[in-house]
Amino acid sequence: MHAHEAHTQNFSIIVQLILVFPFIISFISYIIAVIISNQQKKQWPYFRTLSWILGHLCAILTLIGPLAEFAHVNFSAHMVGHLLLGMLAPLLIALSAPMTLFLRTIPVKMARFVSCILRNSYFKFLSNPITASILNVGGLWLLYTTPLFNMMHENSFLYILIHIHIFLAGYLFTIAFIYIDPTPHQRPYVFRSIVLLVALTAHSILSKYIYANPPNHVPSEQAEQGAMIMYYGGDVIEIGLVYILFYQWFKRTRCATFAKPLPIK
Amino acid sequence: MGISNMYEEKNHKHENRFHYGQRNMWTGILFGFGVVAFIDEVIFHQLLHWHHFYDKSTANIGLVSDGLFHAFSFFATIGSAFLLADLHRKHGFWFKRWLGGILLGAGVFQLYDGIIQHKFMRLHQIRYNVDIVPYDLVWNVLAAILIVIGIALLLKTNQYKR
Repeated sequence: MHAHEAHTQNFSIIVQLILVFPFIISFISYIIAVIISNQQKKQWPYFRTLSWILGHLCAILTLIGPLAEFAHVNFSAHMVGHLLLGMLAPLLIALSAPMTLFLRTIPVKMARFVSCILRNSYFKFLSNPITASILNVGGLWLLYTTPLFNMMHENSFLYILIHIHIFLAGYLFTIAFIYIDPTPHQRPYVFRSIVLLVALTAHSILSKYIYANPPNHVPSEQAEQGAMIMYYGGDVIEIGLVYILFYQWFKRTRCATFAKPLPIK
Repeated sequence: MGISNMYEEKNHKHENRFHYGQRNMWTGILFGFGVVAFIDEVIFHQLLHWHHFYDKSTANIGLVSDGLFHAFSFFATIGSAFLLADLHRKHGFWFKRWLGGILLGAGVFQLYDGIIQHKFMRLHQIRYNVDIVPYDLVWNVLAAILIVIGIALLLKTNQYKR
């Protein structure tokens, strides 16, 4: 029994390291990119660097250390992790405009090539708010309403896969609604607002559903607490997302206030 | 600045209000929605603990309705704040019409919450372990009063519309 516990312990540390590794690499690359591009171009905003650091901190805290281990056994801790990794970290990382930094650091010719790739129809499909919402919120429904949640805790491979998915889907979701980086395929504000409303509705419904129908083997007390963390904690981050979306809309319509339509020739 | 100047300045800021009558009304309605949802959440859920987060007798449609209105409430609050800023930017703010919209929006949402969500969908009751009838009466009558005042204000400001 004791040997088995030690085995899981070692194994889970390897899993944690595998998950954290890409974040550490991307963290360092961003800092290096800021230093390099500051030498050639104007100062990169401190706010963006700070946002990048905080976003990575949220993700790393969730994936390694005491919170990650506690999340294995406690559903409320798992939900805190879900909020940090799937919602707050993606929002902060999106706000730090990594693609803008990347494009300004690499040579112009290469930047043109990269932006050409980003314009292809695969990314157009992915960055559609509907696709992004299905991947993000649909994925959560799948995770919490099927036996997948239990399988995740028994199988390390699934554990890694699902955690990567939660982060990437959260990031895709964020950048599908608010445009910080250059976005080739922009959708109208009305369309984005409606899809966001539906997606956030599905998130609220899921948290109440978990309250009433906990995933297998989760004690109902923990499920209730976890569901309320998901419901109210989710609100806080969603309010930030909605605020940024509407603020961008408000700024965009500024010019239209005074502009008069051109006479038709 | 002289008094006549100030008066002109004040008038000038709302010169376009007749063009934006409908927009003032909708900005108010959305804000009224958000305000009632906020009061409901803060006072009845968090401070008094009268409302329950989840009542086991809730129908599925109740969950959907609750989720939708929950998400919509902060959409409406933030959206109406930006719409209000936009009205000021266009010199089109009209206080009375905006207020009428708020009261109408608040009343309609409270009536919906009180009758459809509490009674038909059985989302949760206003309070537990008490005789519920007086609570329901006060809740819904208050909602009706808000609606009546709101509509009266909107009709009154409608007369001036060109």
